[in-house]
Amino acid sequence: MNLMTERSLEKAVGDKMNTVVNTTKMKGDKVSVFYGSKQALFDVDLDIPEKMVTALIGPSGCGKSTFLRSLNRMNDTIEGCRVAGKITLDGEDIYDPKIDVVELRARVGMVFQKPNPFPKTIYENVAYGPRIHGLAKNRHEIDEIVESSLRRASLFEEVKDRLHEAGTGLSGGQQQRLCIARAIAVSPEVILMDEPCSALDPIATAKVEELIDELRQNYTIVIVTHSMQQAARVSQKTAMFHLGNLVEVGDTEMMFTTPKEKRTQDYITGRFG
Amino acid sequence: MTDATYNSSAAATGRPVRRDIGIKRRYAAERRFRLYGIIAIAIGIFFLFALLSSVISNGYTAFWQTTIELPVKLDEKIIDPSNQRATNPNVLMTANYPVVVRNALAEKLGVAATDRPAMREVSKFFSDGVRNQLREMVVANPSLIGTTQTIPVLASGDIDSAFKGQIDLSVDQANRKVSDQQVGWMKKLADEGVMKEKFNTGLFTYGASSRPETAGLGVALIGSLYMMLIVLVLALPIGVAASIYLEEYAKKNRLTDLIEVNINNLAAVPSIVYGLLGLAVFINLVGLPRSASLVGGLVLTLMTLPTIIIATRAALRAVPPSIRAAALGLGASKTQMVFHHVLPLAAPGILTGTIIGLAHALGETAPLLLIGMVAFVVGYPTTPMDPATALPVQIYMWANEAERAFVERTSGAIIVLLLFLAVMNIGAIILRRRFERRW
Repeated sequence: MNLMTERSLEKAVGDKMNTVVNTTKMKGDKVSVFYGSKQALFDVDLDIPEKMVTALIGPSGCGKSTFLRSLNRMNDTIEGCRVAGKITLDGEDIYDPKIDVVELRARVGMVFQKPNPFPKTIYENVAYGPRIHGLAKNRHEIDEIVESSLRRASLFEEVKDRLHEAGTGLSGGQQQRLCIARAIAVSPEVILMDEPCSALDPIATAKVEELIDELRQNYTIVIVTHSMQQAARVSQKTAMFHLGNLVEVGDTEMMFTTPKEKRTQDYITGRFG
Repeated sequence: MTDATYNSSAAATGRPVRRDIGIKRRYAAERRFRLYGIIAIAIGIFFLFALLSSVISNGYTAFWQTTIELPVKLDEKIIDPSNQRATNPNVLMTANYPVVVRNALAEKLGVAATDRPAMREVSKFFSDGVRNQLREMVVANPSLIGTTQTIPVLASGDIDSAFKGQIDLSVDQANRKVSDQQVGWMKKLADEGVMKEKFNTGLFTYGASSRPETAGLGVALIGSLYMMLIVLVLALPIGVAASIYLEEYAKKNRLTDLIEVNINNLAAVPSIVYGLLGLAVFINLVGLPRSASLVGGLVLTLMTLPTIIIATRAALRAVPPSIRAAALGLGASKTQMVFHHVLPLAAPGILTGTIIGLAHALGETAPLLLIGMVAFVVGYPTTPMDPATALPVQIYMWANEAERAFVERTSGAIIVLLLFLAVMNIGAIILRRRFERRW
């Protein structure tokens, strides 16, 4: 209970801060996504504020994951997928041919629905990103990055004695925090999370949520979630999707107390979805 | 009428009435199907054992060879009668060495040199292979001439068979290849402990020969080794590169579908067709030498490629997409994703497929017949460009010989080939166990 009050206090403080600092980190401008001839997303305009948690909610198949994946061009890997409209990161069009997708994904990291650590050691899992991006000059620096990333993902204390054991041997919640540590290790500016807690039990979920709350001090976070409570707990801004359209977007508190759209109200009160 | 009581009680307790759906019949069908399965497996095991036991019972004797430890006087009067060896080394090459051995054996058996029919029998008692054996000895060290050396002389093929008890000695001597006189000598030498069966190292070292006792797998082993190396060096990188491209990079469209269908079809093409292709392209068009293990290796490479590509693609496809997504999400390029994550995870599958493909190629005969590897090759091939044979081809050639000693050698060679295949397959299993990772 003590924890809860602390967190809600922190959240309240954070919300106040956010009203002061409210620059836009990423911006979607009439974003449409097509899978072959099927359109999955229709002209979505959505701003992602810096150093805040933005939650994308909506029933299954509403296009929220599609929108998330278009933010770091993971959709490029799907055959027949086409993105129209404009998405910017710090004002730069990320679909500009001059933009290097490798660099983009280093700036916009991703955490997936199912924990997917590499079948390597815990250390190697975290060290891989910094290595391929040349973030460290020597082994010592990599050691430092690994430790600080694991600390930020509040996993270090649990795994410090077995850094060189398989990452796949951890529990589900630990694996997911390892994946978050892995994403943090390349120093991204934005972290995309695609239902990061849907494969976890409530205790592991609480830990990951706590972590997300801490991470927003330093990172811009976009999270897709099916859990209304989770969206309410961790996010400052919420966007509601339905059938490929953005229904409503606003401050989380507003969305959950006084939604403007009937569809939003129906969804968050559990009348459909 | 338990059904009736069941139904009535069910109706009484208000449970739904179940229609008779033949539970007993269903169980009977299941038992029947299990029985069919067990019968099928039993038939398979029976034939496997029949095959193995017939091969082994026919072939194990090929690993032993009857040898006579004989003190041979290297008589100068026979080897070099006019004492020319200092000026004309050719004398030592053409000398009549079998006579030296014949005389030594006749002396041992107490046969008079004037008894010509008996002397002929003595000549047929040992292998003509002594000609090479003594020639090599004497040419290497001419000072041996005039001395007496104890030499392991190979018994001739028929005597070898008789000594191993493979020739029925109860039939009339006119109808068998070994005379009663020779049988008597055999007993005498065996009693003296001079004549006995020794491990047949010659089976692994000799080249082709029309005499079974000096025929061996040496050339075939080297030819097969060369071909396996060529297949490994060519088919593995080409196959893996092709699979990675098709699986990870190529867009899925009509063209790649067509390529995929054709690769699958190529895997089913009869191997003799590859032999014709090799003959037409590598020998007639490119002009590579006939009977060479290089050509054999190239043909087997073409034949193995589809197998390796199919196995590799299956292994690549089995790597979970979440691993690819994780690597790409971290900002790895596609090539980094493939080489850092996907390929290591697919490696056990690729290795297994490659070894199975190699084992397949090792046992392949038909295409090699067409490119002239059915050859009588006596000397070891020093390079893959030299004429050579291969293990299965050697088996094929020996199977065409009529002598009893060749029959056992055919089975012996089959045992050697099967051992190689077993070792390769066990290697594949060990590699898979060793490198398999779970996620």
